[in-house]
Amino acid sequence: MKKFLDRVLGTALLPALSFVMAFFISGFVIALSDSKVLKLIHSPGKFITTALSTVGNAYLALFQGSIYDPNLARGKGFLQGLYPLSETIVTATPLILTGLAVALAFQSGLFNIGAQGQFIFGAISASYVGFHFIMNPILHVFLGLLAGVVAAALWAGFVGLLKARTGAHEVIVTIMMNYIAGFFILWILKTTAFLRPHRIDPIAPEVNISARLPHLAGANFRLHAGILISLLAAYFVWWLLNRTTIGFRFRAVGANAAAAKTAGISVGAVTISTMALCGALAGLGGAVHVLGSEYALTADIAGSFGFDAITVALLGRAKPLGTVFAALLFGALRTGGRTMQSNTTTPLDIVLVIQALIVLFIAAPALVRFVFRIKNLKTQDAMTSKGWNG
Amino acid sequence: MSLELIGITKRFGELVANDAIDLKVGDGEILAILGENGAGKSTLMNIVYGLLRPDSGEIKVDGKVVAITEPNDALASGIGMVHQHFMLIPVFTVLENIILGHEETSQFGKLNLTQAREKLLSLAANFGFEIDPDAIIEDLPVGVQQRVEILKALMYDAKVLILDEPTAVLTPQETDELIEVIKRLRTQGTSIIFISHKLREVKALADRITVIRRGKVVATADPSASQEELASLMVGRPVNLVPDKTSHEIGEKVLEVSGLTVSDPTGRALVSNISFDVRAGEILAVAGVQGNGQSELAQALLNLEDHVNGSIKLGTQEVVGLSVRHTLDAGIAYIPESRELDGLISSFSIADNLILDTHREKPYSRGILISDSAVESDAEVKVKEFDIRALSISDPASSLSGGNKQKVVLARELSRPLKLLVACQPTRGLDVGSIEFVHERILAERDAGRAVLLFSTELDEVLALADRIAVMYAGKILEIVDAQVTREKLGLLMAGISQ
Amino acid sequence: MKSTLAKLSLKTLTATQRRQTRLLIVLFILSLVELKAFGVSNHAHAKTTFGFTLGREWVIIEKWMIDSRTGCFIFSSLAVLGSLVGLARVRVKKGPGLGIGLASFSLMMGFLCWAAAGKFIPITGMLQGSLLLAVPLVFGSMSGLLCERSGVINIAIEGQLLAGAFASGVVASLTHKTTWGLLVAPLAGALISTLLATFAIKFSVDQVILGFVLNVLVIGLTNFLYKKLLIPYQSTWNSGPSFSHIEIPIIGKIPIIGPIFFNQTVIVYLMYIIVATITFSLFRTKWGLRTRAIGEHPSAADSVGIDVNKLRFRNVVIAGLVSGLGGAYFTVGSVGTFGKEMTAGAGFIALAALIFGKWTPMGALSAALLFGFADDLQGTLSIIGVSIPSEFMLMVPYIATIIAVSGLVGRVRAPKADGIHYSRGESH
Repeated sequence: MKKFLDRVLGTALLPALSFVMAFFISGFVIALSDSKVLKLIHSPGKFITTALSTVGNAYLALFQGSIYDPNLARGKGFLQGLYPLSETIVTATPLILTGLAVALAFQSGLFNIGAQGQFIFGAISASYVGFHFIMNPILHVFLGLLAGVVAAALWAGFVGLLKARTGAHEVIVTIMMNYIAGFFILWILKTTAFLRPHRIDPIAPEVNISARLPHLAGANFRLHAGILISLLAAYFVWWLLNRTTIGFRFRAVGANAAAAKTAGISVGAVTISTMALCGALAGLGGAVHVLGSEYALTADIAGSFGFDAITVALLGRAKPLGTVFAALLFGALRTGGRTMQSNTTTPLDIVLVIQALIVLFIAAPALVRFVFRIKNLKTQDAMTSKGWNG
Repeated sequence: MSLELIGITKRFGELVANDAIDLKVGDGEILAILGENGAGKSTLMNIVYGLLRPDSGEIKVDGKVVAITEPNDALASGIGMVHQHFMLIPVFTVLENIILGHEETSQFGKLNLTQAREKLLSLAANFGFEIDPDAIIEDLPVGVQQRVEILKALMYDAKVLILDEPTAVLTPQETDELIEVIKRLRTQGTSIIFISHKLREVKALADRITVIRRGKVVATADPSASQEELASLMVGRPVNLVPDKTSHEIGEKVLEVSGLTVSDPTGRALVSNISFDVRAGEILAVAGVQGNGQSELAQALLNLEDHVNGSIKLGTQEVVGLSVRHTLDAGIAYIPESRELDGLISSFSIADNLILDTHREKPYSRGILISDSAVESDAEVKVKEFDIRALSISDPASSLSGGNKQKVVLARELSRPLKLLVACQPTRGLDVGSIEFVHERILAERDAGRAVLLFSTELDEVLALADRIAVMYAGKILEIVDAQVTREKLGLLMAGISQ
Repeated sequence: MKSTLAKLSLKTLTATQRRQTRLLIVLFILSLVELKAFGVSNHAHAKTTFGFTLGREWVIIEKWMIDSRTGCFIFSSLAVLGSLVGLARVRVKKGPGLGIGLASFSLMMGFLCWAAAGKFIPITGMLQGSLLLAVPLVFGSMSGLLCERSGVINIAIEGQLLAGAFASGVVASLTHKTTWGLLVAPLAGALISTLLATFAIKFSVDQVILGFVLNVLVIGLTNFLYKKLLIPYQSTWNSGPSFSHIEIPIIGKIPIIGPIFFNQTVIVYLMYIIVATITFSLFRTKWGLRTRAIGEHPSAADSVGIDVNKLRFRNVVIAGLVSGLGGAYFTVGSVGTFGKEMTAGAGFIALAALIFGKWTPMGALSAALLFGFADDLQGTLSIIGVSIPSEFMLMVPYIATIIAVSGLVGRVRAPKADGIHYSRGESH
């Protein structure tokens, strides 16, 4: 038990310290960009107190918007106060899946920047199945999710195929394919198949009731069954990587492709199947997002789920459980950020800064070690892609 | 110029790579540093050249203490070095490589090559080298590249020249030529430090021999000492340089290669139209200077190459076109040239490394599920059988020494039902104890009736183990000769000359 | 038919010739398709008008009108001819000569004849627009070039451009001086570069991850400040002036060429100077030799006394200056004001141009111009109302890059040590 605690502490310490540093630096950004604070620059005492209260209010709003809001609980009970938490989970749900899509790729030595495009294709397909058909709810949900999974798996599998056949670097190809997917969704929303009747703006019809994921906590909460799917997917990825021969080959290729090839493991097959699986996960994210909370496909359906996925996977150190926690954390920041933006003068985008800083510090343990004067801060094997020629 | 090292100590964590080393090379003297792989020779020379910093000790040039913390300091003190892995930029020309770091410029920082070109040509002429200053390095043969390295050091007036294992890539004749060049340098007053683990060369060349073992200077010997004496100084115990090899019944053909051609992606043939066979209970050694197509031939046998034509028959089974996995399953064991790059996954545990090729098979897995207990118990057995020195089978392979890494590869590869063993440079970089172990294992496979194909650039190894020797040159097998062939004949073949 | 043609000729040819053959076969097929679809089966009899003049040149070239179908027929026939000549020349082991150029040009002209039937195409204006759209791509790809030739992968071009755009926009607005905006932009880019260099070189952080994270950081910061300062206090923070065009005397008045190249803002002229300087320096100077050396084989450079990491650091910072300056194009170089995420992926297209151009200055420049042209063509076509969805035109640079890295137009090789952290004693 003690050993287990040590391990948890060991692995969580670096992320925790990075978190502290990121919030600290972002605090300066918030305070120093505030006009109220800046006006007081000539009276140091007031300057500091106002700065502290500005930052404090922002972070408090961030917390209230993401975990628990006593104002909501007032008169309606504790559970209603947890509404922000349910929203955090709703945001985290697709983020877990896209995060897994990046994390799994890391384990096979691939850097999947393409979760955004994969998510888009998952969303498009699920949306189409969702609004075009009416059928038995269980079957409909299943088919909707399946459509998302298959479309995105093919889309991403193509990247794997290109890499296996021609050596085209997946980072470059996935970056390019994200843009292609972005233009593709803009186009398809203008086609008659996707245009909502009586509307000219690019929005698809809402998916039919039979295709929607069931709510988990009543109609007042948007919390839906997607979170269960996400957690199941995380367990699946862990099981695949650690318990199966397929995962063994994935990890072998990820750690040393040349040695894996020499031992008779087909690197090409691993590359293609990893990318397809990653696509499937991100596509599932898109499908869950559409069928669980959005219902209607828009050009901006993917938001930044695909890009945040990368920071999520990096923060989660490419491990399934870590990815789940990281997605919950970033989901909380996103959700709370919206409240912060509307309740205080602090824009949501500070969340991006916090996210980037956390990942930056985690990637540079030497810096964190230096700042906090900790000698033996535990760091795990750094995730590395292998340059353009690797 | 004289160079003196006093009390040089260098630690890497627990390991003491250099332990209070003293040595001295005088004006116009050739000092050989003899030591087996891992003894600390390269570390010492990297310290002298400023690539590493010693933990303690000092370096004196002409009796004065100099601080060498950068290669620049070494160059300024008149110390030049020819590295074991050439420090040449493959896509640059000879001249560009020579001037790199010493560029002369005219207006706007524009490179001025005229003077350097003249100096290079006159220096080359002085040594009778033929050098085209505008040739691209990667198009040149290895021997010529080495001359460029030597010229590079001489261009900037190196008075002490360090040569780190310079003969590893040369034919015996090229080695002889190099020895002549070094002797000529000595007559011109250059001091030479010649690092090697090859007794023959050291004896032929050195004025004095300093023997290093486990980071310490253990003796200074005279070149007249016998090979046996030098070897036992180097290893610390008497060694049997020639493994015991019993004569032996040779069986039927196991491997039959005919008309095999391997090309690179641009269509250039790296192995052209090769035919040979290996019989059961026989070791066929493929000798040759590195880079003459041996690696590609070995990889082609495993179907690790993409552009292959011709036929490879294992028994009656055609192998060309199979996947690597099915090739291994057909009964081939493969010891790759680089155990770090191709043999092992260093972040994986020893146990996992032992099942890299067999993880799909019972008892290691059932269906797609891996059985940890079977993997572990199997690993325990192999660790004992192959005497792999490790604290735990769950330690990563990276924690092992070179010899133990090679034992893991051997344990994995020799544990399948086999017809043929393909061993590529199986003892490269190993200490003598591990070399003996590997040789014994290879001979044991032969004696058990397996066919063995041994790729080696070490002539001593080839002569000690082989029953027949095939010499490769420029992608072709020039001749297959009996193991009783003379060194001179082999050397000529390796240089591409066949009578 | 394509495959039999390929089989007939491919075996005996070198890799380059095979590549050229493949490209020419594709052009040949496209030309045939165009000839059939637009030149023969096309029954629309409208006239296509090409304009060549923007108005201030010495000689005013009359606009040129041609019957759409006739134009398609002539140009696609020329394209067929061009590709056949090219193929024939490659078959007899000569270079393709002008075959590829003639075929591609005629194919494009034939397409325009069809697309703009009954409409007006301002050729000179289109090319001028292409150049302008290419400006940030050129700056960005030069930044990438400086980094990657020294062995540091730069995915953060987008962030550098955005930082440059933001800084120049804000400073120009606060000082009311375009010059100050122009001076500050490179510094902002260099700041991002310094982060990139510090984390990549000092803390050996994986460079792809690092570049990605830096982009997020810059996007987050600029979005944040945009909402917090630039929107509420627009008149002070975001109402900067912008440069006007300067016509270079004499050469600025040459027909076609003059208005395209020599009637531009100071940023475009700086771009010419920077590209020329980099091209010269990389291949002709001591700095260039050393830079290429540390990108290919850093330990060899180290062994002759070159401080690899110091030079890498310096080059990465210089690269930031270049892309930061490119960022100024978005604000003081064109509209004056800063917009949220206004670089809109230009940094990634710049990266694509670098790769498409095989890590050479001239290659990257050509690729950037090509991508700029595709972008402008898309705009022009959507203005004159052509039935190709603009989204597909916008995909062109990205698809082209995927084709490039897939080796279909030849093997693309990055500098050997690109993206690999260097420290002494690590085996190489």
